[in-house]
Amino acid sequence: MSLMLQEEIVCNRELVTGIYQLTFRSAYVSQNAKPGQFVNIKCCEGFNAILRRPVSICSVDRENKNVTIVFQKRGTGTSYLAKKRAGDVLDLIGPLGSHFDLSENYKNIAVVGGGIGIFPLLFLLEQKQCVHKTAYIGFRSKNYVVLEEAFKHNSHELIISTDDGSLGQKGFITDLLEKRILEEGIKGEKYDIIYTCGPGPMMKKVVELASKAGIKCQVSLEQRMGCGIGACLACACKIKLRDDWQYKRVCKDGPIFWGEEVDFDD
Amino acid sequence: MTNIDSNSNRLEVDIAGIKFKNPVIGASGTFGFGREYSNYIDLNKLGGISVKGLTIKPRKGNKPPRIAETPAGILNSIGLQNPGVEVFIKEELPFLKKFNTVIIANIAGNVIEEYCELAEILSDTDIDAFELNVSCPNVKEGCVAFGNTVEGISEITKQVRKYCKKPLIVKLTPSVMDIKEIALAAEANGADAVSLINTILGMVIDIHKKRPVLANNFGGLSGPAVKPIAVRMTYEVSQTVKIPVIGMGGISSGDDAVEFMLAGAHAVMVGTWNFVNPNACIEVIEGIEKYLERYNYCSIYDIIGKLELNG
Ligand SMILES: Cc1cc2nc3c(=O)[nH]c(=O)nc-3n(C[C@H](O)[C@H](O)[C@H](O)COP(=O)(O)OP(=O)(O)OC[C@H]3O[C@@H](n4cnc5c(N)ncnc54)[C@H](O)[C@@H]3O)c2cc1C
Ligand SMILES: Cc1cc2nc3c(=O)[nH]c(=O)nc-3n(C[C@H](O)[C@H](O)[C@H](O)COP(=O)(O)O)c2cc1C
Ligand code: FES
Repeated sequence: MSLMLQEEIVCNRELVTGIYQLTFRSAYVSQNAKPGQFVNIKCCEGFNAILRRPVSICSVDRENKNVTIVFQKRGTGTSYLAKKRAGDVLDLIGPLGSHFDLSENYKNIAVVGGGIGIFPLLFLLEQKQCVHKTAYIGFRSKNYVVLEEAFKHNSHELIISTDDGSLGQKGFITDLLEKRILEEGIKGEKYDIIYTCGPGPMMKKVVELASKAGIKCQVSLEQRMGCGIGACLACACKIKLRDDWQYKRVCKDGPIFWGEEVDFDD
Repeated sequence: MTNIDSNSNRLEVDIAGIKFKNPVIGASGTFGFGREYSNYIDLNKLGGISVKGLTIKPRKGNKPPRIAETPAGILNSIGLQNPGVEVFIKEELPFLKKFNTVIIANIAGNVIEEYCELAEILSDTDIDAFELNVSCPNVKEGCVAFGNTVEGISEITKQVRKYCKKPLIVKLTPSVMDIKEIALAAEANGADAVSLINTILGMVIDIHKKRPVLANNFGGLSGPAVKPIAVRMTYEVSQTVKIPVIGMGGISSGDDAVEFMLAGAHAVMVGTWNFVNPNACIEVIEGIEKYLERYNYCSIYDIIGKLELNG
């Protein structure tokens, strides 16, 4: 169940240029949200930019009833959010959408994230208790690296890459994943599941790699949304059927899907 | 002032013999099959629900992105994605019938025969009324063609009327030279009511990609941006036809709804604003009630068509 809520902002700060971390107090969302879910936030007053903006939940503090989201300033809506201060009220609906499968059977897991796709993966790492957690996160360059400490704290092994090599290993994060699971065979171990969120081409590659290595894989999709609650059918994504396909709703049927279901070429 | 005793429901309105407990209806395509909104609001409180446009066979819909924003509005190109009439009857209608509200089946097709078939099939179910979608701008074939001309609207209304055993509402497109003559044609051929307006074809361009934002290039404009056009057309049509008019386009508050009703609408539909605020329909109902209270009216009929034009 999700609710329409008016919640108080606890803090909002810029982590690196253009990336904001916003924490709000919400008894309901903090207790009920599961990793992979999002909140749909009203980012305007009046009649411009009327649609709500979906933002993934990045972290929850169940004890203090706080919820944290991290967003990139891109246009009208996120610029409005960036100006919000502690004490202001956030008009949101949440928690929304499907969540990652965190079955206890998955003991050795990997998350693979790129850009703003890393945030829901942090929530997953925070919540998931298991034997081994590896986090692969990729950024454009060192100026964009955020939440490194939080990822380190919540995983057993953190692998960072930047496209230009200014921090961590140079190249795409999927290159490192490929080396790991195909060439090195992760020291005889295999991941039980890989969770991924980020740009489409990155996720497509992760799904291919996982499939080659016989590893389960879940992806978190994005689409422009109208209602965010499953009524308008705006947020379509192409899902394969046995010998056909159909459009499903990212907001309600997703955003989390099994990798092999998704047609990334649509 | 109408004389109605204080126990009666002053928001009640009659359209083509159907009693609506209030004049506020969730607009087709923006309210799904009610299911998603039932998590947030009590559907029993609504005057009615017009369901997502139904076709005989399931439709996949258009390629995404299907939605873009414009100043004070949105553009959509959903392309009538729906599970088909059989699934609606089996899986969605029983759910909707649990609520005490009027259920309107919005139907669409590529050729007149499909509309007739839908009317025939659905006449045997317990939907309360039909809304003919002859004006969806987002499908390449069919649909839009019927709504554009007097001949088209006359023919489709006449044919569907033969198969339709329930009240028939014809939904009009604003993309015509003279909406009055289209409305008259619907009335003359058996429509019990008309609803208007459907969305207006528009385009939004991403200047960085130098491409339209919608995969379909064009989409239907709705939301507050279209309200003045919709109010004008509601006025024109209600001055022209004798059958009731259901007005819509950009309603986001009770005051907006009152504008439509003063212009002559017997009822209103709320569309885009449900996306912004799932509680929108309820707030519109409460807003109308407040307006009646403020001016001491004891019936909704005290405001319908009560506009006075300037000299
Ligand atoms: C399920 C989901 C979870 C998300 N989680 C996060 C998150 O944790 N952090 C974060 O920073 N962002 C997240 N996003 C993306 C976020 O919703 C968009 O960045 C935001 O809507 C942009 O709004 P705006 O008004 O600032 O931009 P606009 O002015 O609307 O547009 C600016 C640019 O942003 C892009 N854009 C707009 N809407 C979307 C969208 N829905 N998806 C992708 N690109 C879009 C377009 O390319 C556009 O050119 C998520 C999106 C979805 C669907
Ligand atoms: C996403 C979306 C889908 C729609 N789908 C339909 C539809 O299936 N059938 C129909 O008759 N009208 C459809 N409409 C039109 C609305 O019912 C309504 O006529 C229009 O949106 C104007 O009202 P509004 O400004 O309050 O949204 C759709 C509108 C939107 C925004
Ligand atoms: S955004 Fe409306 S159905 Fe997903």
